[in-house]
Amino acid sequence: MRVAEAWRVALDALRANRLRSALTMLGVIIGVASVVLLVAIGTGTKQKVEQQVEGLGSNLLLVVPGRIEVGNAPVVSPLTLKDVDAVTRVVGDPDRVAVTVASGATARAGARSDFTTVQGVLETTPAVFTRSLARGRYLTGTDVDTSRRVAVLGDSVARALFPDRDPLGQQVALAGVRFRVIGVFAPLGQSLGVDRDDEVHVPVTAAQRLWGTQRVDGIAVKAPDRERIDELGERIVAELNRRHPDTEFSAVTQQQILGVLGDILGVLTGVLAAIAGISLLVGGVGVSNIMLVSVRERTREIGLRKAVGARPRDIGVQFLLEAVLLTTIGGLTGMALGVGTALLVDALSPIPAAITWWSLALAFGVSAVVGIVFGVVPAQRAGRLDPVVALRTE
Amino acid sequence: MTEPAVADRPAGERIPAIEAVDVSRTYQLDGVSVEALRGVSLTVQPGDYVALVGPSGSGKSTLMHLLGGLDRPTGGRLVIGGRDVNALAPPEMATLRNETIGFVFQAFHLLPRTSAVENVALPLVYRGVSARQRRERAAAMLGRVGLGHRLDHRPNQMSGGEQQRVAIARALVTEPTVLLADEPTGNLDSVTGAAVLELLEQLNAESGVALVMVTHDQEVAARAHRRITMRDGVVVADSADPRSAHDRPPSVDHGRPATLVPAPSAEPRSASGSGPGHPSGGSGGAAGATGRLPREVERPGGTG
Repeated sequence: MRVAEAWRVALDALRANRLRSALTMLGVIIGVASVVLLVAIGTGTKQKVEQQVEGLGSNLLLVVPGRIEVGNAPVVSPLTLKDVDAVTRVVGDPDRVAVTVASGATARAGARSDFTTVQGVLETTPAVFTRSLARGRYLTGTDVDTSRRVAVLGDSVARALFPDRDPLGQQVALAGVRFRVIGVFAPLGQSLGVDRDDEVHVPVTAAQRLWGTQRVDGIAVKAPDRERIDELGERIVAELNRRHPDTEFSAVTQQQILGVLGDILGVLTGVLAAIAGISLLVGGVGVSNIMLVSVRERTREIGLRKAVGARPRDIGVQFLLEAVLLTTIGGLTGMALGVGTALLVDALSPIPAAITWWSLALAFGVSAVVGIVFGVVPAQRAGRLDPVVALRTE
Repeated sequence: MTEPAVADRPAGERIPAIEAVDVSRTYQLDGVSVEALRGVSLTVQPGDYVALVGPSGSGKSTLMHLLGGLDRPTGGRLVIGGRDVNALAPPEMATLRNETIGFVFQAFHLLPRTSAVENVALPLVYRGVSARQRRERAAAMLGRVGLGHRLDHRPNQMSGGEQQRVAIARALVTEPTVLLADEPTGNLDSVTGAAVLELLEQLNAESGVALVMVTHDQEVAARAHRRITMRDGVVVADSADPRSAHDRPPSVDHGRPATLVPAPSAEPRSASGSGPGHPSGGSGGAAGATGRLPREVERPGGTG
């Protein structure tokens, strides 16, 4: 029997029992749709996190005291601006080095107040961390050198303190000390549930004076290229170790952060997909069950086909194709449903979802394989039916 | 084995369509063997018109299944279209059925929800004939059975007689050498049945396809050129067909004498605990008391 003919016969058989075919497919549809949807959510989350980490700036090296490990208590930083100068010498380019000394503080403007994070930084921050301003200007070298009390507001802070006024040129009190607003950041949005626009940048020197400290919490370096980033990190850590023999330092790259986050999210996505895969398996069992019923129901048809010359293989292929058609049509419908739901979730909820071609290919391939695996037994049974017995069946 | 493993059609008159030599068929039912056929020899020549008669359970159906290549003998030699079925694998048997046998069943066995022309074309599907050719040949065949105007009707839109005509067209669309009809008029009223019978006879006369028909109906059987009577798994009578008697080997003309040895399963059943005076099962002599055995050998000419 020709293959095209076999497809037609299988389609006819499915059409003859529309409701049953649809219900059988439903198991596969739900399985495939949930695989596609859950993988999309997992992938979307991963992509978003990666975007945000990469959005910090490219080829970034973060130098902090202590060892970056889960469970380690934060270390009080022994770093000062002198150490920053030493690091700058190692790097060789002051524009590539940024620092931060951060603390929570209440910002006030008139009757309004907002608890936010005040970051003491160098004028190099926008270049190192790829930040852009919505209005006004950023800090300058002179602002830092002269500890000028000027501030650049994050978008959330600007909205909270100046909902109906232009914040530029206005006074804002940080921990009771007045600063002049010279710029407002362009909004960044949320990252892992944290509002990244809830911050105020001031010159590091002004911040240190505000809190009465000499410390710097961390140093960020924008490496000139990706290849030498690890080596640069090692040199910086060596220099800092020389200056502070009692403290450990770590230099981590975005790739390392991404690697750890990616592993966690990858496992999560895998677990979700596996759970959804179980429902696909259950759908496959349903297909097998219905195919066995179908073989029994059409015993006489099988007998007749054999009598007029169908070989066991012809009958087997016919029923196998029927099972494969059930699961692939179900698979395609499930894919459409999964993609549609994923797009809705992405558009209407804060949960990100991204469709990847491999998840679609996998879902479709798995549903076809499920059809073959669960169709083989009924198909073999049909192919081996004794035509004499089959013809006698009522 | 005889030499023509594959039938040479042009010399078809010389080669029997079907040749059975001492064919037996034993079934295993729950560990008990049941002998449905016990040594049947017969030859069907191209163009024969044979009625196969006998009471229920005489082995007619089993013989039909064997002659049609749906089943294999457990003993003896069966050659269909020049091919020994014992040497054929199931796929080859299927091809043999497709090429040499046409079946007509009492219950028609048409595919529901499928048009007449598609039902008739079904055997050609398994022969790899293209869809257009299939339709052409099926339509032509339906024309020959008088249904040229009902090509696209479905079985449930047709009368019983029409359905059986469709089934006959399906059996003949492959131009087989033998048409096996199992009670072809059994599900039809007498008028319709007679018309179907006439059609079968006409096709047998016109195309030279051998017609082997199982029937209960003595009137139907009487019209056949040759009658084979079966009882208890053996041929008890085989009337020669005068048309082809001259070129048939005489040795296989008649069934060989039926044996009188009863089957083991034919022994009377007695409750094992209640018959202390009857220690062991009866041998051949005890079987006579059942009233079922022995069989009589019916000679040709004993009927009609």
